[in-house]
Amino acid sequence: MTSPQQPRLRDDEPTVKALMMNLISLKTAVAMLLALAMGSHAARVKASGIDNCTSFCHGAAAQGFAQAPRLAGQKPHYIARQLKAFHDHSRDNPLSRQYMWYATENLRDETIWTLALQLAALPATPARDGRPELVTAGRLLFENGSPKNEIVICAVCHGPQGQGVRDIPRLGGLSYAYLKRRLLEWAEGYHASAAHPMPRAAKRLSADDIEALASYLSFVE
Amino acid sequence: MMAFGKRLALVGAALAIAWSGAAAADDSGVLKVSDGALRSKIEYCTMCHGENGRGFRGFIPIPRLAGQQPQYLEKQIRSVVTGHRISKVMFSVLTTVEPSMWRPLAVHFSQLAAKPLGGAQPDLVATGRQIFEDGVAEANVPACMACHGQGAKGHDPVPRLAGQLDDYVVNKLSNWSSERSQPSPENDPARIMAVVARNLTRSQISAVAAYLSYLP
Amino acid sequence: MSAKRPIESNGPGVDRGSTTMACGPAFDVARAVMTMLLGAMLLTAIQVVSARAGEPKPAAVSERALAAKIEFCKTCHGLSAQGFRGATTMPRLAGQTVEYIEGQLNAFIERRRANRFMYNVARVLSPEMRTALATHFSGLKAPPLRGGPREFTAEDLMAEGKTIFEEGVPARDVPPCLSCHGTQAKGDSAFPRLAGQPNDYIVAKLTDWETERGLDPSTPDFSITMLPIVRGLNKSQIKAVAAYLSELDP
Repeated sequence: MTSPQQPRLRDDEPTVKALMMNLISLKTAVAMLLALAMGSHAARVKASGIDNCTSFCHGAAAQGFAQAPRLAGQKPHYIARQLKAFHDHSRDNPLSRQYMWYATENLRDETIWTLALQLAALPATPARDGRPELVTAGRLLFENGSPKNEIVICAVCHGPQGQGVRDIPRLGGLSYAYLKRRLLEWAEGYHASAAHPMPRAAKRLSADDIEALASYLSFVE
Repeated sequence: MMAFGKRLALVGAALAIAWSGAAAADDSGVLKVSDGALRSKIEYCTMCHGENGRGFRGFIPIPRLAGQQPQYLEKQIRSVVTGHRISKVMFSVLTTVEPSMWRPLAVHFSQLAAKPLGGAQPDLVATGRQIFEDGVAEANVPACMACHGQGAKGHDPVPRLAGQLDDYVVNKLSNWSSERSQPSPENDPARIMAVVARNLTRSQISAVAAYLSYLP
Repeated sequence: MSAKRPIESNGPGVDRGSTTMACGPAFDVARAVMTMLLGAMLLTAIQVVSARAGEPKPAAVSERALAAKIEFCKTCHGLSAQGFRGATTMPRLAGQTVEYIEGQLNAFIERRRANRFMYNVARVLSPEMRTALATHFSGLKAPPLRGGPREFTAEDLMAEGKTIFEEGVPARDVPPCLSCHGTQAKGDSAFPRLAGQPNDYIVAKLTDWETERGLDPSTPDFSITMLPIVRGLNKSQIKAVAAYLSELDP
């Protein structure tokens, strides 16, 4: 059982402003393309007002974009909990601190649930950005854990298809890059107050385990 | 579902680990579990069974272990490993736990205290209490209290029910015979419960489970 | 008398006459009809009663109901009716005398013997069911339910218990148990079998005898025969005789 000791992923974090400027031009192009592709979904999102809050970073129809995870189809209780965690700064991952603390600064309680329910209702497509050759190993680990390494069975809490329940998040279809980063950062001590038992569960995973799990999940519908 | 031969091999492996000295032997020749190994195992258990073993609602309800009767816990571990109690998840977990660790684990959890997780419908509690204390003689449902005690704390082989997750209790009572139908020793209390579970109606099960889930 | 006289409804000494209804031919007919009806009813009643007397007794309990009830009893009293140690220790029924089981069930129902669980259980049993159950359990054989709290299982208790069982405690006017319960403690009609009864159960019953039994002073029952005995035995003697009895396996 090895503990994952990986260097920080990005040492040269651009300033918020610079990144935002890049994103705006990129976002316009992508949004137009996606709007064409997704038709009424994006239109619905836009009409509901989520667009202003989320598609700026999380992509049209909240499918995720670059570092920002897919929010579409996520469990509403989980979204609400994370929004509060950003707001009270208990979720302190680097990117959370850089973007989400700012984004949730003036978040009102009423908005939290409106957002959460709307996002939860959106259809979701898997990111499929994992390593295909690791999918089988990842699935076995997800469904069976590794008791001899004291790695718990993810499926017992997250559901057999990683679908989540109540405030336990849906993992199926989230991006490999996002899942990998999240699991690694727990081992580094970020977001230590996350809901039981995640910080500890993540710490038992080896680097290979994380690669396999994140790859597998990125393909799950 | 694992083939019987494979299961037997795993059990054998588990026992082999125990006797091979993976746990250190002290001067008296008695196998002792190292503190570090035990603590690590306990931490592993609580990842699913909740902080202080109070239970956790994952995708499935994971039962409370805190304050459980140690004799009952040890027996359940043994029943799962030998296949008398069917649990795919717990089988894969427990067959990697050395038998010398069973009793220390059971004793540890039996000494924990934790507030009930709660969450059951409060309006079922009154009916549940009545069934718990008086049974339903016309329906051949015994008073749970006679064996499980007034506070549902249990006694030796009879488990504690106080503070158990209501959805877990419902799940177990509804699936009793399919999970524990393996031939078991003559006086196994699990056989007693098969009769009780069969005689309870669904609404009675829900009521009793709700009542139990709030008991401290 | 005048049938048409109005009735005076108050005031003492008013002569209300012997009838308050209109008299005459209509009444006579009505009276005749009533008499015939009553007679017919009486006749029917007599026929029914005499018919019943000739009929066989109502069927005993159904096999299914009995089997279900036996299974139910065993959830507390042990799968072989040998007793069971739950939060309370439930007594052995296997090989118990028929009269004693029936008698106790009646005692529970009539609240002469206090037990919350058994009251609830017994009061839904018909008399036929009580008899059927008692007969069934009386015929069962099972080894004693061993074990129990360590304080009741010490070796040296056995010898002392055997002595008390066979000789009583003369200094305290306690007769030998075997004089009523039989040389092998198998019991005899109203005197219960004690052999193989769980030790902690015996101790609890002997200790709590007066608070649990004979609770209706207006209806004294057999339980009074034990009064001098439970008052005569001290704690350690109770433990000793319980230890001895719990090991008997005739």
